[in-house]
Amino acid sequence: MARGAIATTDRTRSERRLGWMLCAPAVGAMLLVTAYPIAYAIVLSLQELDLRFPEEGGFTGLSNYESVLTSELWWTDVFNTTLVTVVSVAFELALGMIIALVMHRAIFGRGVVRTSVLIPYGIITVVAAFSWFYAFNPDTGFINQLPFVADDKAWFGDRFSSLAVVIMAEVWKTTPFMALLLLAGLVTIDDGLNEAAKVDGASTWQRFWKITVPLMKPAILVALLFRTLDAFRIFDSIFIMTGGAQDTESVSILGYNQLIERLNLGLGSAVSVLIFFSVLIIAFIFVKGFGVRMAEGRPGS
Amino acid sequence: MEKGTREYTLWSIGILIVLFFALMPILWIVSLSLKTPATITEGTTFWDRFIPQDITFENYESLFTGGISESPFIAPLINSILIAIIATSIAIVLAAFAAYAIARLNFPGKAMILAGALAIAMFPPISTVGPLFDMWRTLGLYDTYPGLIIPYLTFSLPLAIYTLVAFFREIPWDLEHAAQVDGATPYQAFRKVIIPLAAPGVFTAAILVFIFCWNDFLFAISLTSSDASRTVPAALAFFTGESQFTQPTGNIAAAAVIVTVPIIIFVLFFQRRIVAGLTAGAVKG
Repeated sequence: MARGAIATTDRTRSERRLGWMLCAPAVGAMLLVTAYPIAYAIVLSLQELDLRFPEEGGFTGLSNYESVLTSELWWTDVFNTTLVTVVSVAFELALGMIIALVMHRAIFGRGVVRTSVLIPYGIITVVAAFSWFYAFNPDTGFINQLPFVADDKAWFGDRFSSLAVVIMAEVWKTTPFMALLLLAGLVTIDDGLNEAAKVDGASTWQRFWKITVPLMKPAILVALLFRTLDAFRIFDSIFIMTGGAQDTESVSILGYNQLIERLNLGLGSAVSVLIFFSVLIIAFIFVKGFGVRMAEGRPGS
Repeated sequence: MEKGTREYTLWSIGILIVLFFALMPILWIVSLSLKTPATITEGTTFWDRFIPQDITFENYESLFTGGISESPFIAPLINSILIAIIATSIAIVLAAFAAYAIARLNFPGKAMILAGALAIAMFPPISTVGPLFDMWRTLGLYDTYPGLIIPYLTFSLPLAIYTLVAFFREIPWDLEHAAQVDGATPYQAFRKVIIPLAAPGVFTAAILVFIFCWNDFLFAISLTSSDASRTVPAALAFFTGESQFTQPTGNIAAAAVIVTVPIIIFVLFFQRRIVAGLTAGAVKG
């Protein structure tokens, strides 16, 4: 009896040690490029540090944050990023839900739809951005040759038409992922519930809002949270299509310009840290405000 | 009967719309890549523009002329392939160890590792770009393969771990137990029993990680400065025309087709696995 107990403890201990040993490399690799750099970014953001003038500098307290938060550019970029995030995620949710319902209840062609929605997932964002850019560009494109579009419409000459193209590219690229996540939630719903409601005379519309949506709420919220945070870091499409011209910068583009183009590590790090806290706040709102249970989530695109 | 026919028609139209919208940017970039520089801005109707009038392969040829030292494309293509393969291999090994432990073993801190991985999946990469730029220059990792591979590992591990944990939980536990009863150590049970059973899940995770690395743009333009390590997405952004007055449109399109078509074929070939991988564990059944 006693021997058994000792053996169990030994086993538990060795299992525990093995568990930690197996996880250590992955945990180390994940912390190496997140925890340490974000701490380092906070340190950098409190200094005047411009690599073009390396001899100047030193600790400046919160003055970098003051410069960023009082600049018009930061707030323009926050507005653009928020606009792109909210509009594209709203479209993705609506379209993704329609595609998921189509795939779930398809009479035929489920395979074709699944195949075609995976194509945008497999394409490099930069490549898709170039494709849309050349399609909308009046010189090379075909969009202006469509009916009801002015032949000389300069899509990238105006802030909101540029952002509209950016949003469209974003929706195109990420709706498939949303649709697949929603479909995974749909298939878990018991068909019996729908049948029972049908017998009781509920319309398709009523069944969708009273049965499907409430039962899928956790899946929808987790998908929304991940897509919101993903859209908030938008960088590739804007960089390729406008480069931030016509006031179309996102916050990530601003960070990149300060850090890599202007080599101003102090100001750039302040932008980085502010973006980091924005993401924390969004996640906090989803978890506390909407009651997202993170345990049901999973990383995606 | 009447209703059935109408429903079929509606489905067909819906499916055609989805198909066209999904394929359109690909067809368009292929079309652009086949146009001659002279005709790239010609055409007054939709079809004249969408479909190339004179087909040429010179955009592809000029990408490869001059060999590795002159061509703007060969070196980035090699970099993209090698960096994505190396990063995927390392990520999968690390993730497989961690996922095995999380799915099979009992140890404190398990839930925290999963929560931490989830937090990293939400982490904004731009927040690490500045510090990495500074650190890599000090450590000599700026503009090198490891300089890109390390951040790719970090940001692909959460996806790999979650996918693998979901697959590993499906593996019949009894077989491993039986091997241990027969005298195998936990490590042997892992290597001889679990790995063969886990291969499909590992393969799926590898596809997802590869696509992630292949797609990255932010780290690629921030942490590289030359053909020594610049990958295709970053190189595309810096393509220039043959002279100041020629646009590189055709070359960009041709390069885009070369890096896109293999992935598309791959994705279509393994679509069932990819869908399973993307949604594994997304919803608790």
